[in-house]
Amino acid sequence: MNGDPTLERIARGNALALCAAGPWTARFAPMLERMVADAERLSGTRPNIFIDVSQVSKLDTFGAWLIERLRRSLTTGGVETQIAGLSDNYSSLVDEVRRVKAEPIAQTDRVTITGMLEQIGRAVAGIGGTLIGLIDMLGAVLAATAHILIRPRRFRLTSTIHHLEQVCWRAVPIVVLITFLIGCIISQQGIFHFRKFGADIFVVDMLGVLVLREIGVLLVAIMVAGRSGSAYTAELGSMKMREEIDALRTMGFDPIEVLILPRMLALVLALPILAFLGAMAALYGGGLVAWLYGGVEPEAFLLRLRDAISIDHFVVGLIKAPVMAAVIGIVACVEGLAVQGSAESLGQHTTSSVVKGIFFVIVMDGVFAIFFASIGM
Amino acid sequence: MATEISDAIIRVRDITVQFGKTRVLDGLNLDVKRGEILGFVGPSGAGKSVLTRTIIGLVPKLSGRIEVFGVDLDAASASERRGVERRWGILFQQGALFSSLTVRQNIQFPVREYLNVSQRLLDEIMVAKLGMVGLRPEVADRYPSELSGGMIKRVALARALALDPELVFLDEPTSGLDPIGAGDFDELVRTLQRTLGLTVFMVTHDLDSLYTACDRIAVLGNGKIIAAGSIADMQASQHPWLREYFHGKRARAVMG
Repeated sequence: MNGDPTLERIARGNALALCAAGPWTARFAPMLERMVADAERLSGTRPNIFIDVSQVSKLDTFGAWLIERLRRSLTTGGVETQIAGLSDNYSSLVDEVRRVKAEPIAQTDRVTITGMLEQIGRAVAGIGGTLIGLIDMLGAVLAATAHILIRPRRFRLTSTIHHLEQVCWRAVPIVVLITFLIGCIISQQGIFHFRKFGADIFVVDMLGVLVLREIGVLLVAIMVAGRSGSAYTAELGSMKMREEIDALRTMGFDPIEVLILPRMLALVLALPILAFLGAMAALYGGGLVAWLYGGVEPEAFLLRLRDAISIDHFVVGLIKAPVMAAVIGIVACVEGLAVQGSAESLGQHTTSSVVKGIFFVIVMDGVFAIFFASIGM
Repeated sequence: MATEISDAIIRVRDITVQFGKTRVLDGLNLDVKRGEILGFVGPSGAGKSVLTRTIIGLVPKLSGRIEVFGVDLDAASASERRGVERRWGILFQQGALFSSLTVRQNIQFPVREYLNVSQRLLDEIMVAKLGMVGLRPEVADRYPSELSGGMIKRVALARALALDPELVFLDEPTSGLDPIGAGDFDELVRTLQRTLGLTVFMVTHDLDSLYTACDRIAVLGNGKIIAAGSIADMQASQHPWLREYFHGKRARAVMG
């Protein structure tokens, strides 16, 4: 082929000349590598080999290195090897390449059974670390709160309001929509199954208890963990990556007080409000479906609701909300501050912020269920 | 600047770039000759980085024509454009190393994507490139977050050089380096230009770089090239900004 690089073998008496010609550049690297690998097998066949590069039209690092690699492997094979015909333009490049140390660096990542076991062990041990981290952050946040209570002027009202807008006000449409739909679905399923026993009206009991006590707050908490917990982790994480948090610290500000406390407070205020709105939307949706699908008149629905639901159910739901908010906030902030330098690490910590946030919300819900059952609420 | 240079590797004609109502570049013309190191200076905010980013296609232009390697970048097909992109390397101001890849993977990334070569050759070329930018092979398995500022610049340069480009864009390569490190970097750019026959387009603020590394200097002001020529031409210029820049306190210190 015209325009392709070549490496011809020409015998000159006892010696062999390898004549390189054409462009020895990156574009042709795969082809060059194959030619050089072929030529390397010549080692040991001749006492003397010349590599003639006078016909090379263009040379770059790839070509220069492959010629150097050929020279080295022939020399190690016991052949006198010389490079001839090197033009002045390229001599400095070849000199540069000659200084390269050839020993390949060991790649360290190999999968072994012991390695996998070690990983599992480390992951399990890491659970303890996670819990300690969370308690640590809880303590730091409480300490910062105490500071603020002593010196209320240091409280960052603007920042808190800003975050309140982000996590509460802007979350209202999606929270209301989803809880409304869930209310509709619970009501429809309830009526569908209860009708078999002629117990249509009990759907109101089920809807009321479920929505006010469990689903309302749990669902909203999960949504908030996905929506705001992830945002907190990503914000704090990218600030950490760009040393903004270190900058704050060196200026004499406590990052917990400046960044984390306003976010935590916003979340703790937002979740009860969202849980309340969510519960109302779900009851409304459930009532609507009960009326349109189950034929339960709104008056009958409200009357039944008043009989079936005590204020306790509602209070239980709302007591849980700020605690869950605190858990979500602490997990998100711990993960955010744990971000290392890379974009990948930011992604990992944001993911684990949401996953852990939802996990702890559900665990908390279980703990609360036991607690309220014991005190008879 | 209107005179045509026959062997221009970059040819910029009547470029206008506007952000909202602010006109950053206003009918700018510039030629970069094959094999030279062009230093590109101008006051902060004059649009030096904007011009660089316009040439490499990251900023859209209002009007004008840009030719690189004789290819009109607006008229080029996707494959022609890829061909041009393979022949240039870019060093971004902050390095722009991929943070989730190691140094080794960063340097090998463009090679692996464009050329179908063995892992062995990839590794060897990576070591060669690291050597060229003055780094030891031991840093190969570190992540960018574990490198110092100067090392990041060097690795980024090694990545820019990975495919043996004919043209490299350096956006403030010595900013954030100590004077000795910056001097080394200038020396490095000179050496690489000599060994690899590179053409270098260097945006800089560093007077030392202009004196030691650059063959020619172009000055940006009011959205146009207000002067271009050798360092002696710059010193002789009567333009107020140039006088301040080349005869100010810092310039006198550099000239000794």
